[in-house]
Amino acid sequence: MTVEAGTAIPSSSSHAEEPNYLTHETGLKSWLFTLDHKRIGLMYLVSVLLMFFLGGVMALLVRTELLFAGETLMEADTYNKIFTLHGAIMVFLFIIPAIPGAIGNFFLPIMLGAKDVAFPRLNLLSFYIYCAGTVLALVAIVVGSVDTGWTFYTPYSTRADSSVIWMTGAAFVLGFSSILTGVNFISTVHKMRAPGLHWKRLPLFIWGIYATSIVQVLATPVLAITLFLLIMEKTLSVGVFDPALGGDPVLFQHFFWFYSHPAVYIMILPGMAIVNELIATFSHRKIFGYMFVAMSSLGLGLVGFLVWAHHMFTSGMSEYATMVFSALTFLVAIPSGVKIFNWVATLYEGSISFLSPMLYGLSFLVLFTIGGVTGLFLATLATDIHLHDTYFVVAHFHYVMVGGTVFGFVGGLHYWWPKMTGKMYDEKLAKVSWFLVFVGFNVTFLSQFVMGSQGMPRRYYDYLDQFQPLHMASSGGAYILGLGFIIMSFMFVKSLRSGAKAPRNPWASAGYEWMTTTPPHPHNFEETPVMTRGPYDYHLCTEEELWDGFDEDFQPSKKAKA
Amino acid sequence: MASDAHAHHGPEYLAHHFETPAQQFDAAKLGMWAFLAQEILFFSGLFIAYGIFRTWYPEAFSVGSHLLDWKMGGINTVVLLVSSFTAVMAVQKAQLGDRKGTSFFLLLTIGFAFGFMIVKYFEYTHKIHVGILPGKYWGCPGFDCGSAPPEAFFQEVEAAINAAYHTAGPNLVPYHIRTFYGIYFVMTGLHGIHVLVGIGIILWVWRRNQRGEFSKDFNTPVDLVALYWHLVDLIWIYLFPLLYLID
Repeated sequence: MTVEAGTAIPSSSSHAEEPNYLTHETGLKSWLFTLDHKRIGLMYLVSVLLMFFLGGVMALLVRTELLFAGETLMEADTYNKIFTLHGAIMVFLFIIPAIPGAIGNFFLPIMLGAKDVAFPRLNLLSFYIYCAGTVLALVAIVVGSVDTGWTFYTPYSTRADSSVIWMTGAAFVLGFSSILTGVNFISTVHKMRAPGLHWKRLPLFIWGIYATSIVQVLATPVLAITLFLLIMEKTLSVGVFDPALGGDPVLFQHFFWFYSHPAVYIMILPGMAIVNELIATFSHRKIFGYMFVAMSSLGLGLVGFLVWAHHMFTSGMSEYATMVFSALTFLVAIPSGVKIFNWVATLYEGSISFLSPMLYGLSFLVLFTIGGVTGLFLATLATDIHLHDTYFVVAHFHYVMVGGTVFGFVGGLHYWWPKMTGKMYDEKLAKVSWFLVFVGFNVTFLSQFVMGSQGMPRRYYDYLDQFQPLHMASSGGAYILGLGFIIMSFMFVKSLRSGAKAPRNPWASAGYEWMTTTPPHPHNFEETPVMTRGPYDYHLCTEEELWDGFDEDFQPSKKAKA
Repeated sequence: MASDAHAHHGPEYLAHHFETPAQQFDAAKLGMWAFLAQEILFFSGLFIAYGIFRTWYPEAFSVGSHLLDWKMGGINTVVLLVSSFTAVMAVQKAQLGDRKGTSFFLLLTIGFAFGFMIVKYFEYTHKIHVGILPGKYWGCPGFDCGSAPPEAFFQEVEAAINAAYHTAGPNLVPYHIRTFYGIYFVMTGLHGIHVLVGIGIILWVWRRNQRGEFSKDFNTPVDLVALYWHLVDLIWIYLFPLLYLID
């Protein structure tokens, strides 16, 4: 990692002899009991992708039911269960653990020049707690019918059948997986940085994950106690949320959103974290306003704690409280805007390579901006009364969660795929799938913005004839989106089976994680690296650091360096 | 395991992925503090619920509180405070490399923890027996709403009402005393679970100490379990006056 040419950079010819984390131990046990953060990261990756598939199937079922007014595919009760499962699976089993658990676990220690996270055993425990939570959630699906929506609002949830206990129990358990990962990452970032890696050199991916970890540790326990109280309400009738016993259902909403709004930042901050790396690498340029971008992550984490009641403007809070929360919500736009403008400024005069990861990065800029700006409509009290609980809200948060987080996640998956697996993928197929995903996503949700502004309520099974064309368009978009993901899966499987061998640094990135061998050494680096430059200091990189080991078949234009 | 390859880069207790013992200690301590922050937020929801319902139903909280035995709560407060002291002593002995002393104070801490749980057991069983229970189980001895509450239930409730209202003779039972007992059982129950978990962890640390894993140079687990124990103690320090001593 030193910049002296040729000292610590593994040369391409020695790849064959380098031990790597995938092959240095074999057998099922070496995976199930591994303490290696890279292997744990891969296990997370496989699990969250399975859950993404499951949640995606639910989404397609929902959209198919809504293809025509009236009953298309299933009864109303079944529909209620399916959209609840779509929400609960996507939120608790996919988006929250996806980036920190899979990509964060894999790359956070490597980018810090550390051998592992601070607590490797705890890390494995987090993974198994995640698995336990997943099992509970599957039990809830099998034994009964959670049809409360993923928010479990009382008093309906306190009266609904006992499968709610399984599902909230699952979320409770999953919360602890999230908390322990957060604790682990905070300690790792503070105490495990390689020599020379001071805070101002920290990769922005790390800053994002670090801010996420703080929110995970401070917000998740409030959800845990809320769900615990809900379970107690159903079993012991403690009377905190049930109005029949003197409890307050609005208190449940306050408690729930005190976690679940910061949880939005647990979901989006890692997506932004990845976009930093994509924009810097494929612009071959230092991130503009590095410290502003870094601090805006912490800023978002902080402001995220102060805006929860904007989910409750129509629930009967005092109007003064709604004014305060509305004003605080507008503050969110500031750190978000700082990020977007700095990324755009980074692109300016950069040498941009339009490779598939970058396409996802650039899509993020567009889609997140749409998601963010429509959020301001909802933060405004008067318009929110009209738009609350309509498809406008659904479209808004899908633009942030899918257009933001999922595009960031998928972009990161493309970007780091060669490092993780040691294989390249078919760039043409990747571009085709990106195009379908991008078009399909926009068709699905732009039409929902229109429907919502015209008053189509969310979660409804049936609708008026006037919404027929837009619902059809939305469902059609969902099928295109699904097709895009199928092609992407095919592309990744093909890469695993017959992909070309990946060079050490296929994108000519200055990032620290590209300095090690591909796939990485079991201890990440053969010797503890010493950082003598920042992760975006392209002007300080040697030719060898950026361009060594390039396969002739796959070489982005060298003029990017200039 | 991955640890084998780099096992010989320092003292035996130094895990393979750390450079120095100091780094290992600092990481562990920071992790523990982050975990304790999480614990505080976990309980914070309950304290907020307590605050809201006490504001709404002050009379129910007053009567409910007078139904609790402040003497038992007081004994438990003293027991936990002393156990925090013994936990500190265990840490000090560990830092001095005194294995026997460490084990002695760890066991003493476990003893006090059991003492706390025994008092709690008597409090709980009495409440369940007479039917002083949350929500729909109020007045249902042993959670059995088919049977009438025993005489003791009415006597205790009447005494508590008279003590709370400073009157004599029959008075109305505040309806929301059910909510008070919901909050009481959830708060003390969760705290009790933390005490039980503490007993388990201290026992594990004690066993590691007996096996000679700790020394002057390495005693992080003793240090961390004591931190956790102080937090459990501290939460009780708030629970005791809020539940037992309000008027």
